[in-house]
Amino acid sequence: MSGPDIARAISRIAHEIVERNHGIEQVVLVGLQRGGTWIADALGERISAIEPHVAIPVGSLDPTMHRDDIGLRPVVAGSVSRIPCDINGATVVLVDDVLYTGRTVRAALEGLNNFGRPRAVQLAVLVDRGHRELPIRPDYVGKNLPTQTTDDVDVSVDGVIVTSAAGTSV
Amino acid sequence: MKHLRSISELGLEGLTRILHLTESMAEVNSRPVPKVPALRGKTVVSLFFEDSTRTRLSFETAAKRLSAETMTFSVSTSSVNKGESLRDTIETISDMGVHALVVRHKSVGVPWQIAKWTNASIINAGDGAHQHPTQALVDCYTVCEALSTKDLSGVHLTIVGDIKHSRVARSNIQAFSMLGAKITLVAPPTLLPVNVSHWPVTVSSDLDSVLGSTDVLYMLRLQSERMAQGLVPSLHEYSTRFGLDDQRVAKLPSRSLVMHPGPMNRGVEMLIDPSEIPNSLIHRQVSNGVSVRMAVLFELLSVEELS
Repeated sequence: MSGPDIARAISRIAHEIVERNHGIEQVVLVGLQRGGTWIADALGERISAIEPHVAIPVGSLDPTMHRDDIGLRPVVAGSVSRIPCDINGATVVLVDDVLYTGRTVRAALEGLNNFGRPRAVQLAVLVDRGHRELPIRPDYVGKNLPTQTTDDVDVSVDGVIVTSAAGTSV
Repeated sequence: MKHLRSISELGLEGLTRILHLTESMAEVNSRPVPKVPALRGKTVVSLFFEDSTRTRLSFETAAKRLSAETMTFSVSTSSVNKGESLRDTIETISDMGVHALVVRHKSVGVPWQIAKWTNASIINAGDGAHQHPTQALVDCYTVCEALSTKDLSGVHLTIVGDIKHSRVARSNIQAFSMLGAKITLVAPPTLLPVNVSHWPVTVSSDLDSVLGSTDVLYMLRLQSERMAQGLVPSLHEYSTRFGLDDQRVAKLPSRSLVMHPGPMNRGVEMLIDPSEIPNSLIHRQVSNGVSVRMAVLFELLSVEELS
């Protein structure tokens, strides 16, 4: 995926979020630290352009402290979580760059509970690279990208870069 | 990092990392449910051979908010009273399978000595007049928070009181000077250590003359037994020269911050009710204590030692 492809995917997902939720009343976007925050911000901007009369709250969540692999590998705290409004009864759309094992999303779901009980939680990701280890499924996907577990997937505004033993592809 | 026993052991890099991690912990503490499962299955023991209110309670609160188990060792009801040695006490606790020992002891160096007798992480919660690193971390975080900065270059910290017997002063001088602060010590000569000329500080015995240039005024507690030891002529004379009253508060620049590690001796070094000081950080120091100690516990216990 190139930079323009990323912008198009974000644009499509923004429309899908509005369509699926019949508007954006009671919808909150929460980007996962760190890779998901800029995507949540970009989605928020696109949605504001589609539905200019309703403001959509955009926040961020650092699931580090809820991970199940603390102690198994070095854990680095991302940044401070910022939930901008009461999420009780809201529909929260978790936003991340890459969906892989699903463990980050599981940690985020648990972390979210500390802030309240959303009516529903949906998941938007730019890249689904497969290899799930938990029963977690995205609601909005930018691109399904088959990978090896040994590959490294890097997402930025400029595009998606997959680094594998065979080489680098965009 | 395995242990936290002194600020120099932590170093500038570790200090910066813990201050950064504390921001995340402060956010956890502001949630409606201030508890995360990060240290599930870990056991933290507080082992206080000296009295404490805020350090012990904030460590125990910190451990609980990270979902660690806590055990409290209280000397007065333990087998120490039957003559059990420090080594046997540590080995007994260690055999129960603990991951961190939070230790306060009247003798300098105890945290280093007991690290030889256990595999647990050792956190120094005060050893004699030597070090109290988590208090210094709390104070650095509190000043950085109040000034909305991470760099204390040019900030003028004035520490007033019994420097000689203060572990808080020693840890704070190291930590604040690592972050670039300029430090002045104000004390009667009898309450200054002999080697003070080797410290990165300037020394004064006239509090009024340094107030005007002070950004952060740090008051230390004067223990009343210092008078019995002949180090101060009388508590009244001490408070007249080194106590903080409303006139001295008025001499501070309006944005100056006032701190005290507690417990306060009202009427000795604090002649004014702290609630009347405009920029008192004394309550922030206590609240931040929990977040900082969560960061310390997480830093030490989140990485499994490969044995």
